[in-house]
Amino acid sequence: MEGTGLGWIGKSVKRVEDARLLTGRGTFIDDHPPVANACHAAIVRSPLAHAKIRGYELSAALALPGVVGAITGEDVARHTKPFSVGVTAPIHYYCAATDRVRFVGEPVAVVVAKNRYIAEDAADLVQVDYEPLPVVVDPERALDADAPVLHEAVGSNLAGNRRLVYGDPDRAFRDADVVVNERFTFPKYASTPIETYGVIARWDLLDGVCTVWSNFMGPFIMHPLTARVLGLPENRLRFIVPADIGGSFGIKSSIYPYIALIALAAKRLGVPVKWIEDRREHLLASSSGTDRVAYREVAARQDGTILGMRFKWLDNVGGYIRSPEPGCSFRPTGNFVGPYRFQHLEVDASVVMTNKSLTGPNRGYACGHLYFETEGMMDRLADRLGLDPVEVRRKNLIQPDQFPYRTPSGGLYDSGDYPAAFDRALELAGYDELRREQATARAAGRYVGIGLALAVDPSVSNMGYVATALDPQFRAKPEYLAKSGAVDSATIKIDPLGRVIAILGTTPQGQGHQTVVSQIVADELGLVPQDVTVVDEMDTFTRVWSISSGTYSSRFGSVGTSAVALAARKLTAKLVDYAAHLMELPAPSLEFRDGAVRLRDGKGPSYSIKDLAGRAHWNTESLPEGMEPGLQATAVFGFTVAKAVDAEDRVNSSNTYGFIAEVMAVEVDPETAAIKILRYVTVHDAGTIINPMIAEGQIYGGALHGLGGALYEELAYDENGQLLTGTFMDYLVPTASEAPQIEIAHVVSPSPLTPLGSKGLGESSSMTVPAVIANAVSDALAPLGIRINELPMTPSKLWKAIDQAQRTPTGVSAPLASGALQPRRGVSEPRESRALRPRAGVSEPRASFSGHPRSDPTSRTSLQ
Amino acid sequence: MKPPKFEYHAPKSLEEALEALGRYGGDAKVLAGGQSLMPLLNFRLARPTALVDLNRIGSLAYIREHNGQIRFGAMTRQRTIEFSPVVAQRLPLLKEATHWVGHLPIRTRGTIGGSIAHADPSAEYPAVLAALEGEVVARGARGERVIRAGDLFQTYLTTSLAPDEILTEVRLPVMPAGAGYALEEFARRHGDFAIIGIAAVVVREGPRCTMARLATAGAGPVPVRLRAAEQILEREGLGEAAIEAAARRATELVTPDADIHASADYRRHLTGVLTKRALTRAIGVARG
Amino acid sequence: MVTVRLNVNGVAHEGRCEPRKLLADFIREDLGLTGTHVGCEHGICGACTIMFNGEAARSCIMLAVQADGAELMTVEGLMRDGKLHPLQEAFREHHALQCGFCTPGMLITALDLLRTNPSPNDREIREGISAVLCRCTGYQGIVNAVRAAAPILVAGR
Ligand SMILES: Cc1cc2nc3c(=O)[nH]c(=O)nc-3n(C[C@H](O)[C@H](O)[C@H](O)COP(=O)(O)OP(=O)(O)OC[C@H]3O[C@@H](n4cnc5c(N)ncnc54)[C@H](O)[C@@H]3O)c2cc1C
Ligand code: FES
Ligand code: FES
Repeated sequence: MEGTGLGWIGKSVKRVEDARLLTGRGTFIDDHPPVANACHAAIVRSPLAHAKIRGYELSAALALPGVVGAITGEDVARHTKPFSVGVTAPIHYYCAATDRVRFVGEPVAVVVAKNRYIAEDAADLVQVDYEPLPVVVDPERALDADAPVLHEAVGSNLAGNRRLVYGDPDRAFRDADVVVNERFTFPKYASTPIETYGVIARWDLLDGVCTVWSNFMGPFIMHPLTARVLGLPENRLRFIVPADIGGSFGIKSSIYPYIALIALAAKRLGVPVKWIEDRREHLLASSSGTDRVAYREVAARQDGTILGMRFKWLDNVGGYIRSPEPGCSFRPTGNFVGPYRFQHLEVDASVVMTNKSLTGPNRGYACGHLYFETEGMMDRLADRLGLDPVEVRRKNLIQPDQFPYRTPSGGLYDSGDYPAAFDRALELAGYDELRREQATARAAGRYVGIGLALAVDPSVSNMGYVATALDPQFRAKPEYLAKSGAVDSATIKIDPLGRVIAILGTTPQGQGHQTVVSQIVADELGLVPQDVTVVDEMDTFTRVWSISSGTYSSRFGSVGTSAVALAARKLTAKLVDYAAHLMELPAPSLEFRDGAVRLRDGKGPSYSIKDLAGRAHWNTESLPEGMEPGLQATAVFGFTVAKAVDAEDRVNSSNTYGFIAEVMAVEVDPETAAIKILRYVTVHDAGTIINPMIAEGQIYGGALHGLGGALYEELAYDENGQLLTGTFMDYLVPTASEAPQIEIAHVVSPSPLTPLGSKGLGESSSMTVPAVIANAVSDALAPLGIRINELPMTPSKLWKAIDQAQRTPTGVSAPLASGALQPRRGVSEPRESRALRPRAGVSEPRASFSGHPRSDPTSRTSLQ
Repeated sequence: MKPPKFEYHAPKSLEEALEALGRYGGDAKVLAGGQSLMPLLNFRLARPTALVDLNRIGSLAYIREHNGQIRFGAMTRQRTIEFSPVVAQRLPLLKEATHWVGHLPIRTRGTIGGSIAHADPSAEYPAVLAALEGEVVARGARGERVIRAGDLFQTYLTTSLAPDEILTEVRLPVMPAGAGYALEEFARRHGDFAIIGIAAVVVREGPRCTMARLATAGAGPVPVRLRAAEQILEREGLGEAAIEAAARRATELVTPDADIHASADYRRHLTGVLTKRALTRAIGVARG
Repeated sequence: MVTVRLNVNGVAHEGRCEPRKLLADFIREDLGLTGTHVGCEHGICGACTIMFNGEAARSCIMLAVQADGAELMTVEGLMRDGKLHPLQEAFREHHALQCGFCTPGMLITALDLLRTNPSPNDREIREGISAVLCRCTGYQGIVNAVRAAAPILVAGR
């Protein structure tokens, strides 16, 4: 598909990154030691979910030959500050436990040795004296008055609660013909990049500079926060990110406590220290999305028009609240309503701490949860009203003539044609035909179902959304500093022979930034992508960056590409001015086109980029008066629509908003409860697509992440707070055999806010697959009265629901022991019944039986 | 996740291996393919004083036909078995089972002896050993003994092998010509250990069933021979009703445990479902 | 300490290490061949897969000492005469990699698959590459690449 000449944008240009990655020449954090004589760290972690630390015994560890030294929570307490957190509750989150551990796997000490083998030997010898405390892992139980409290200073396990009211939800519910409600639970799962965390830290004690190499992906707000923790001025803390990161999907934003911890170890022990997280540590203690209990209500008219909704959320952030949490609740503030027009909404968001590992952004950050619930409610509403789920959705969609559309919670949807994209998905899937096939299959006793999911896909977070977690009264105080912004930068240099280097401050993890930027620059400057070299190793000392920099929340496709385009345009403007001077013509009569400055009317001589570059570099005398020598330009692009949250809690939490429409058909084997995906169609509107091949790659990957969370993956804990899925034998990452065939189509509504019209789509279908497959399975099992309201849908749980439904005579609802996969009868229970709060009593508390290492970090039993 | 320190021996002969093993009085471990033992070492869940590596003992890797049996040297790789024409012809059930064992790069190293000695009840080979009424040969300081499948597996990861014994050979009787066979398995992902697996063999003469064999993987602490279910088929033939009855009986013969992947009830239920499916498929390919 | 002599990508190497040193660590640290990646150290993710005497195997659950006398091929050995291997070409053509972390193990595994089954169907391709976990691609590009490379490898025999 590679073309020639202009128009590189929109082509599936093959990636420049691939050559090195295919031949084993990538530079990942563990590959090339940037410092000589680095020593290796092993982290001692808590085997208990909740305990007081009474003391440490290090002598045996320190006596081991090859050990350099160790630090413990005492050093952490003495020499660092806690990280700032995103709520006002007094929660002290240090880079390691200081006096109390609050989840299994929490760092308590670091041992540094000549190599990792010895460091692990020594870590085994560190003795920590713990006084066990009672444990709580369930977010509902954690709020009971008699629940063990994790942070005494807070007084309860509630890290924060906000009740956000938009419009007049009470009236909407009063006026409704029907009210449907449901309880949902969403699992704790993570994207587990195949490359784990890595940190290398070195101190130059004389100049007081700490340099840290790590596969940190941003946001770089964590840089000043870490500097504060370490007691360093920001310009003495240098973060360097290697060119290659082995996947992140949000998870690697949470590496920053380790950056502080390893930096501290390096400082205290006086040696450069390298720490590469292992998989056990990663599953125990890196980061994941939150598990959530949600109570949803929708108020509608008989014809399906939605009048309002109520959300009540309990987000479980684990033992502490680590920034950018509570983004789990507020990241989608602007798009709470999804693609629907209703104006009245109440959101009651509680952020709860329990003895589980900590959370943070995970691909689709908070949107997988949001749409699983909302789209589940759309189907329940359709069911209640006897309407087709397509019809209910169509009835409520925001219409194309309403853009730009301001949502009741402050989002500004920049562009889109939701009905068209939805129709495209239905048409591609052959929806009507699928329904006919389903009827035939059902008549034959088969369980075939069709699911739909629609979502507004937010990209480029506005940093300001985080403040939604704070009370408006707090935000109104004079000393409070409002927050907003979504900024990225790029620098482009033209060398004397007219070739180009573009320098970014991004931290790609496989998104192909080098390729995409070479396409944009080639188009802007009339070159071929091969003429453009793109450098994207982030270095806080040398790159232009802002606190919102980084490669997260699908930013690059929107904000990063915009900075590149603007930098290129600054340069072409300069070239036009320069050529005008050389040609002695007024600049407005000239333009930059096809790699040269030409007369607008197309006649007469032209100056090629190469020609101008040579002259400009070699002969500065030829520059017009006042023109700065050199051919380079830096552009910083910032969205002007990124405003701080207002007094009514409205915030445009992202900057560009794409759209996703999906249709999935599944068949459930009622005997084994195995789910087979028969068809899966996904239609995306991400504005202008710069490289379709790369965009589709993001969709394939995102969809499989969603499928993982829906069917396979869960960081499951027993009631003692022990992780039951602490190995890749038990934490089930889907393989190629589980991955579905995906049919992708695009609809393009260019963003009016970005120079290229592009939006992001890095998270894409990760946010819709949990919804679409839950809806499809619910539809398949509708004859049995089963509705999916809990993920992951493991075969064991699903079979239990099927079995119970089959045993129950029709019309009588089957009581379920756990909150699992409740039968749909009783969908519209009265609101008061929420007080009864069914408990998610996850039974089956044992790790699996197998000779393969399973996930009990405390058991050190040897085999046989 | 680095293994703890251990002493390492790589003997060239079985005698040397036994001698080395004997020296540690139960604190040494035999290293075969390492596909189960090495992960346990990396997690430091196993901490043997020494490893006795069998990989340099060439004489422990072979496939031979003898006296109506196929005999496998303990160090025969699963991969070798997968591509062995003898196995394909004489023990097609074992070939089919091999496809279910992990993935090809795992089978490159994993051995038949290791898979059986490891005694993971969710593993496929122990089920095949049980279904085919195979036996293993063990060598120790006190000499050689032959252990029948039924006497080998004791509980999770535990066999009747003494710590200083080495499993040297696995013997499986050649399957009767025309025997129908199937291994049906349910796992959450491709390549995972079975939640439930059922190995089935049937020999038919017209509508009659002269021999039926059924064994489980994943349905309890050891592979279970479903003798009472087999008898239903041998008594009542291979009709649908007999299959149903056998499958129902199968669920009563197992006492599975629960873990995070499956409840005990679900495993019991799957035992019936997969017994039916395995039998149906086995009967479909049976000749005679 | 033990001495390990082996041949990697056609080059003879010798190193000394503890018996417990994992082969993956030896390849990366002692031989400096960092193309082989480590993602789980318990045999599941497949990032560390190498050719061991011509057959794909996990280097994280083998000891370096076990490779004494062996012939290994790592991802660095795929390219010949400065040209990408047809499988590498196909990976590039079909966008079979994003972050590239699983890629070395994926390439070796796919090569082993195509050697043992030169014309696999899609189900066989998926089963074959199920040995390696990829978090980025959803596997679609990889399946396409292996399918496309199969006939080229057959023709090139
Ligand atoms: C990703 C992955 C997936 C897997 N999936 C499956 C699967 O689906 N099904 C399955 O069955 N297996 C599976 N396995 C395990 C694999 O089959 C192992 O190879 C097998 O269980 C053990 O064989 P081994 O030769 O590797 O033995 P090792 O790991 O070397 O040894 C295992 C145990 O047996 C002992 N032992 C080994 N050989 C002998 C002997 N000759 N005499 C006495 N004791 C001995 C060892 O001391 C050790 O305790 C998987 C492994 C991995 C890494
Ligand atoms: S690192 Fe070897 S399989 Fe994961
Ligand atoms: S390309 Fe990133 S894990 Fe496969």
